[in-house]
Amino acid sequence: MSVLVLVEHESGVPRDASLSTITAAQKLGEVHALVAGSGAEAKQAADATAKIAGVAKVLLADDAGYEHMLAENVAPLVAGLAGGYDALLFNATSVGKNVAPRVAAMLDVMQISDVLSIESADTFTRPIYAGNAIATVKSSDAKKVLTVRGTAFAKAGTGGSASVEAVAGTGDAGLSSFVGAETSKSERPELTSAKVVVSGGRALGSSEDFHRVIDPLADKLGAAVGASRAAVDAGYAPNDYQVGQTGKIVAPELYVAVGISGAIQHLAGMKDSKTIVAINKDEDAPIFQVADLGLVGDLFQIVPELTAKL
Amino acid sequence: MKILVPVKRVIDYNVKPRVKMDGTGVDLTNVKMSMNPFDEIAVEEAIRLREKGAASEIVVVSVGPQKAQDTLRTALAMGADRAILILSEQEVEPLGVAKLLKAVMDEEQPGIVLLGKQAIDDDSNQTGQMLAALSGRPQGTFASKVEVKGDKVEVTREVDGGLETVSLTLPAIVTTDLRLNEPRYASLPNIMKAKTKPMATKSPADYGVDIAPRLTILKVEEPAKRQAGVKLGSVDELVAKIKDLGVVA
Ligand SMILES: Cc1cc2nc3c(=O)[nH]c(=O)nc-3n(C[C@H](O)[C@H](O)[C@H](O)COP(=O)(O)OP(=O)(O)OC[C@H]3O[C@@H](n4cnc5c(N)ncnc54)[C@H](O)[C@@H]3O)c2cc1C
Ligand SMILES: Nc1ncnc2c1ncn2[C@@H]1O[C@H](COP(=O)(O)O)[C@@H](O)[C@H]1O
Repeated sequence: MSVLVLVEHESGVPRDASLSTITAAQKLGEVHALVAGSGAEAKQAADATAKIAGVAKVLLADDAGYEHMLAENVAPLVAGLAGGYDALLFNATSVGKNVAPRVAAMLDVMQISDVLSIESADTFTRPIYAGNAIATVKSSDAKKVLTVRGTAFAKAGTGGSASVEAVAGTGDAGLSSFVGAETSKSERPELTSAKVVVSGGRALGSSEDFHRVIDPLADKLGAAVGASRAAVDAGYAPNDYQVGQTGKIVAPELYVAVGISGAIQHLAGMKDSKTIVAINKDEDAPIFQVADLGLVGDLFQIVPELTAKL
Repeated sequence: MKILVPVKRVIDYNVKPRVKMDGTGVDLTNVKMSMNPFDEIAVEEAIRLREKGAASEIVVVSVGPQKAQDTLRTALAMGADRAILILSEQEVEPLGVAKLLKAVMDEEQPGIVLLGKQAIDDDSNQTGQMLAALSGRPQGTFASKVEVKGDKVEVTREVDGGLETVSLTLPAIVTTDLRLNEPRYASLPNIMKAKTKPMATKSPADYGVDIAPRLTILKVEEPAKRQAGVKLGSVDELVAKIKDLGVVA
């Protein structure tokens, strides 16, 4: 079998999620990696991808139409290359979730989202109902289109020496254009691949208090910062902090939930963390049912004390 | 401009799903069902676009069992004008739903199709993108802001790195994220009024669409359960335990 992985990259570097997807792809067959982008950054990303262990070939599609990974432009590229592959793999990230189903429909394939494990060439497991159930599904489509949950597969290492081959771009489909972006820049580790995550909930009460209480603890722990939906909706934290069923999926070594009740939608995003610490004033909060270490009390006292003593 | 809003009847988000003992699925007997929360946001946005004068008519459509009528009535009570039920007692996969919606698009010629980003039962996050592919139209997924500007719609999207804004040529497909709006509750008079709004019933065959599933569910299991841990008595104990983990430098 041969497999094509759409590699996501930023500033010329493949994203961690793509390293996990490459690991998943290796379970299916020979892995080719597609780097779509524009100019020097794309070239740099292709060269870096060629060094990833397990990648047999890199396809570089350099086209101005791919600069912002607009699905209208990228999907025809992937669909056009699909003929040579048995499976097409994407990250279950905002880019992968946007592009993959568009490719799948172009190929008349029913996509399998958020794959947790590859049981065989046509059988996969995936979470449904906010991770309250795990389905084993078998696909009857000739080609498989999958999005892969990054936390379920180890990151591929380096040591590869694949060739880089240029493929023709498909240009601008003329349907959409990029207007602008507001990206939250941070010195902290990336949320979905961080070893430690500190998340704050509605109990933080304001944006000021969220940062005053959560940030120093995160700094002490070298952690990424996450949030519950309630905290994001209230404007205490930006949208890309949201952990959960409909936000980001994390599985760090240590997850600290501060003032978060533990709704199923939140648990869906963090219950595969290795050690969970919960700080909540309500001893019956559902978060304690999944927490390894719990502390009942007022977060405004506990967290500063914890930060000071660590 | 007409807006088409596909709405799905799903398990209520407050209910904790239970896996059936025989491993065939999730038990939905006597479980509260509601409109998929992202679809409520889509209906609300359509109504706001109409209130701003950007839209003239809102058509809601659901693929599902007879009971999906209730979901459509809820959308009508919120303010949609007319409903289409595409009856299927069997669960239809996102690809099949997208094909049916494409057929409805061909008939109705909407300027915008507003879907939820994800159904909270199958968690697929596919249907909108698939519809966009099948209709050859642009897609603005995970929207937190939607602005119609002439023959274009500007969509601000919630993405992994923050927010991104794209401009799409109409007709366009838009899928909603949580921050787009807060859906209204239907008022009692509007619930009464909804009972007389038109609802057409169709079948997949009426559209000539093959909805045969491509995926076979071999089994459905409960995920590994976490053991509840210990409650500690003091911050000092927590500090010691965290240091023991060895994850902190
Ligand atoms: C379609 C849909 C999708 C969703 N997706 C997500 C998602 O992806 N992620 C997500 O997180 N949620 C999601 N939700 C929302 C989810 O259902 C909950 O509403 C949300 O997680 C609650 O956030 P919270 O725990 O911060 O707030 P609350 O439930 O209000 O909990 C606050 C907690 O703080 C505690 N507390 C209060 N004051 C203090 C104090 N001084 N010290 C210590 N503890 C204190 C309280 O005891 C309480 O347990 C979704 C909901 C829907 C409908
Ligand atoms: N059976 C259905 N009937 C109507 N709309 C649907 C149906 N299934 C999915 N949708 C729409 O597609 C969105 C995404 O669903 P999904 O791709 O299943 O996660 C939902 O929020 C709905 O707007």
